[in-house]
Amino acid sequence: MTIASIVSLACLLAGAFFFFAGTVGLLRFPDVFTRLHALTKADNLGLGFVCVGLAVTDPAPARIVKLGLVWSLVLASSAISSQLVARYAVDRGMTPWSKP
Amino acid sequence: MHDLRTAIAIFLLANVLLGLTRVVRGPTIADRILVAQLFGTTAVAVLLLLGAGEPASGLDDVALVFSLFASVTVISFVRNAERLGGSPR
Repeated sequence: MTIASIVSLACLLAGAFFFFAGTVGLLRFPDVFTRLHALTKADNLGLGFVCVGLAVTDPAPARIVKLGLVWSLVLASSAISSQLVARYAVDRGMTPWSKP
Repeated sequence: MHDLRTAIAIFLLANVLLGLTRVVRGPTIADRILVAQLFGTTAVAVLLLLGAGEPASGLDDVALVFSLFASVTVISFVRNAERLGGSPR
């Protein structure tokens, strides 16, 4: 087991864990706005870890650039999508959940 | 390594199936719309994982195209939410 494969294993497992954490947040958070946070922040971090884990095993420059590009595009698109969904929710009168 | 990547891809698929519960349970329309975001991100991750071993399969190029269009689904849902039916309770 080389250092690269150990780091890749750790990064891939961390990415899977963050995806799972995002889904748990999606299921258990009390409000649509908090669920948006869980979905975009945790899932994108999980995707970032997966990209790093894959980039470590096969360090061809073209592949690393492609992985970084995929991650940044997903970041940008999820920022757009979450703002749109939150704006839709606010316009329909859904108020954020506050601690009772 | 190939087995680990396949196992994580299957785990991410199970994640999406778990997230579909929100579509059934979600009290408002916005909850159902944001599961589409989960689909997009997980699809990109699964494609990257499956296409990592063999560069000739082109799956990471497919992941790039998916990441470009990931927001289009959510945008179309939000734009047509009232026309698709269902009141935003």
